[in-house]
Amino acid sequence: MAGVAVSTTINGDAVEYLCQPDETLLEVLRDRLGLTGAKEGCGTGDCGACSVIVDGRLVCSCLVLGAEAEGRKVETIEGMAHGDQLHPLQQKFLEHAALQCGVCTPGFLIAAKDLLEKNPSPTEEEIRFGLAGNLCRCTGYDKIVRAVQDAANVMKGA
Amino acid sequence: MRYIRPLSIEDAVGELAKAVGPAAILAGGSDLLVRMKGGFVEPELIVDIKRIGGLGDVTETAEGFRIGAAVPCAVLGENKALKKAWPGVVEAANLIGSKQVQGRCTITGNLCNASPAADSVPALVAAGAKAVVAGPSGKRTIAVESVPTGPGRTSLAKGEIIEAILLDKRPAHAGDAYLRFIPRTEMDIAVVSAGVNLTLDDHGAIKTARVALGAAAPTVLLVEEAGQVLVGSKLDQATLDRLAKICSGACRPIDDKRGTIEFRRKVAGVLARRVAAIAYKRAGGK
Repeated sequence: MAGVAVSTTINGDAVEYLCQPDETLLEVLRDRLGLTGAKEGCGTGDCGACSVIVDGRLVCSCLVLGAEAEGRKVETIEGMAHGDQLHPLQQKFLEHAALQCGVCTPGFLIAAKDLLEKNPSPTEEEIRFGLAGNLCRCTGYDKIVRAVQDAANVMKGA
Repeated sequence: MRYIRPLSIEDAVGELAKAVGPAAILAGGSDLLVRMKGGFVEPELIVDIKRIGGLGDVTETAEGFRIGAAVPCAVLGENKALKKAWPGVVEAANLIGSKQVQGRCTITGNLCNASPAADSVPALVAAGAKAVVAGPSGKRTIAVESVPTGPGRTSLAKGEIIEAILLDKRPAHAGDAYLRFIPRTEMDIAVVSAGVNLTLDDHGAIKTARVALGAAAPTVLLVEEAGQVLVGSKLDQATLDRLAKICSGACRPIDDKRGTIEFRRKVAGVLARRVAAIAYKRAGGK
């Protein structure tokens, strides 16, 4: 199979890679670029562990081909903190212990970031619906919802 | 496998028409990539249609709305004019999957995937939506209900692509709605579903009506008799009872893990009543 040459932007950096035509963006991020924050849970778009933002849209990177990223802007969990300064959502996930095993966490953080950018003051119901595409088998979700609510309050004050 | 990204519909059609092995059209990929991963399809050619001019746009024309084949469902939910004119179509499209899936999935893909349980399709059929098909011998416009012919099968010929879905401009006193039954509140596939589209006269009596059922037969069903029974009524109890009976009778469902034949028949009638009531209210009926 011939490789596809892709030029894209990931977390603000220009990136070029060669990938196979049937390779997913998730595989490219993890196996070619060493960005292992996005996780493969189901590989079928059900669990949200591979969530990234492409051109302002929250997507499952397991359901995007690497070749499709040509000319797009991709945001991953690796771009969420500014140096040592955690994003308020990351900080609040720590404070509220909104994770246990941590596999779902990058996906939840990216999905929550997208949610708060589109709706800075979500109700609890809106948070639960907004994060319905992310599965967590450890926390029971309550701590995640509280962390997102707290982060929303902090971000509004900022 | 080859991945191509044509810039014109003619190029896309040409590549698909001359493809020797299995070929697939890629818009949102939320069905295609899952099927590839599961080994259900092994395309030798993938034609990504997202860079074709106009396919990513929702445009309001003198005739109504034109929804490009590559427009993600999330974008439909953000389009105020479309939501106001066709709330049933938009609510159905926005029920598909999670936020992540909404950012990619399209109503054209939902139609061409040809699942009997596709959420947006009963709403589109009830709305009388049309599909613009581009192919090797030119373009044609067909009713959306003529696209799926069975689970996973469509009437599209080799080299044909649906480039847009058309929805009519709305007259005064018009409303549509869609409901599905699922055993939870989010992120599930319809056990049964119903879409209803109504227009009323100046006195609130139903002038035209279209009723469609999902997950009740091998394809989404347009139940013409159910539409006819509504015409002339103001949705009184007796009419709603007749509507429910006709819809239950029109089902040709299967028994599976999601529901039994008996359950699907019953719920099809219940949903049709509820959806008709919502559409009637949206059309300004009292």
